[in-house]
Amino acid sequence: MKRVYVNEKWCLGCHLCEYYCAFASTNETDMAKALKDKKINPRIRIESNEGINFAVSCRHCEEPLCVKGCITGALSKNDGIITIDRNRCISCYTCILCCPYGAVSPSEDGAVQKCELCIKTNVGTPQCVKGCPNGAIVYEERGE
Amino acid sequence: MKYVIIGNSTAAIGAVEAIRKNDKEGKIVILSKENHHVYSRPLISYLLLGKTTEEKMKYRKDSFYTENKCELKLNKTAERIDVENKQVILDDGSYESYDKLLIATGSSPFVPPIRGLDKVKNKYTFTTLDDAKALESVLNENSRVLIVGAGLIGLKCAEGISKKKVKITCVDLSSRVLSSILDDESSEIVKKHLENNNISFYLEHQITELDEDIAVLDDNTKIPFDVLVLAVGVRPNVSLIKDIGGKTNRGIIIDERCRTSIPDIYAAGDCCESIDISSEEAKVMALLPNAYMQGECAGMNMSGVDFVFDKAIPMNAIGFFGLHIITAGTYSGDVYFESDGKNYKKLFYSNNKLNGFILVGNVEKAGIYTSLIREKTPLDTLDFELICKIPGLMAFSKETRAEKLGGVRK
Repeated sequence: MKRVYVNEKWCLGCHLCEYYCAFASTNETDMAKALKDKKINPRIRIESNEGINFAVSCRHCEEPLCVKGCITGALSKNDGIITIDRNRCISCYTCILCCPYGAVSPSEDGAVQKCELCIKTNVGTPQCVKGCPNGAIVYEERGE
Repeated sequence: MKYVIIGNSTAAIGAVEAIRKNDKEGKIVILSKENHHVYSRPLISYLLLGKTTEEKMKYRKDSFYTENKCELKLNKTAERIDVENKQVILDDGSYESYDKLLIATGSSPFVPPIRGLDKVKNKYTFTTLDDAKALESVLNENSRVLIVGAGLIGLKCAEGISKKKVKITCVDLSSRVLSSILDDESSEIVKKHLENNNISFYLEHQITELDEDIAVLDDNTKIPFDVLVLAVGVRPNVSLIKDIGGKTNRGIIIDERCRTSIPDIYAAGDCCESIDISSEEAKVMALLPNAYMQGECAGMNMSGVDFVFDKAIPMNAIGFFGLHIITAGTYSGDVYFESDGKNYKKLFYSNNKLNGFILVGNVEKAGIYTSLIREKTPLDTLDFELICKIPGLMAFSKETRAEKLGGVRK
């Protein structure tokens, strides 16, 4: 199963992954136009402290506590990818209570948001990986 | 192999999904005393609020039973279990034989014995879809609704009906709202927020007498009402097991494999009590995530795969009128506290581990704290000062981060 992996050694803390993530879900073609003057709310987030930086996004866990805890059934795991049916989510935040990585977050439109490996976007592949200038985020098979 | 599941809610679904991982062919029969496709019970308040619909509150899609080869028998109440012949006797006199049986009977609202309760015509409980619909059907603009109980169910009911321009009053014996999950200060924040949303409270009071449309409190305050909602709590449905001599306390007693004390009978969900690992005490933890995970655990063991669920803790994510609350674990030990009047955070720790937490307002990344409780993470293995302030993976060691984010194995 291919996953997004992060190597903090290479992370510059530049936050480009966050911009690429926010851009991907707009399904627009021009990043500047899509994000200009907007406060972004990406599904991947950089943690920074004393010179250490790394990106955190959904690990698509083998034991998905968010899915098991979801009170509506909006979160589900299919073909190794955890996705959310935003139409059914009522933002109770039980998934935020359950996720050990802090990788599910509130959004503005009444549903929570999380990384879905860009499968619902027009491009279809993880854009944080594409946008990382230093190879700190990769999408690959590591036999997990 | 024939599996029989009594109950058709979260624990039952967890069991079906687990059984089907291991046994694609065995017969599964689900008995439900309700007449509905599986729905999410906590969503009934959101239904009244207009935030969901009956269609969207289905917990699994319409094809769930056929895809999982389940025979769903609706409107069937299990009356008793014939252990010797391994049969469940139903209210219509028929029976269902089993090889493995799961009790997932949930809980029932407790109706307090208040003098005069029988004179009240418009009285409702609030735990099922039918309850919600019945309540909604009698509400009119300006209806005066008196809710007995300022806990999770009573307050979610209050929020649910708030859009209907009704007048809501809540009475509770406790001095605090949500007394099962909040401490004094956080409870006060939530109470003020609810009051700002036009819910009135009479706390530290109880109703001593009821008439058709008036409640008399212990200090003789008289509260006129049109509709009464009883939300003082729920009781686990244990009788099927108790009647055949199985071990019960407040709930059905199960082990970490969700086995009851009777061979081939399992139990899961709100009808059970199990060990809260944050306090090491046996408790009824009537929470949807635990119900799913117990159901899953029972289903795995019923279908022959050894599986342990020993990480249950009390935990709640709940919100009212946009104010979010996340709590978990046990509130004992030393305290880390921060509050700016709007957001509130309290962490409880002792013996090198986190025991519990209360978050009101900013609840982001709460699961990082939940995980410390569940995994009993030794606090000296991480930057505790940092994680108190900012829940994140930064507080863990570099090696742990590489494992969590980079797939590096120990």
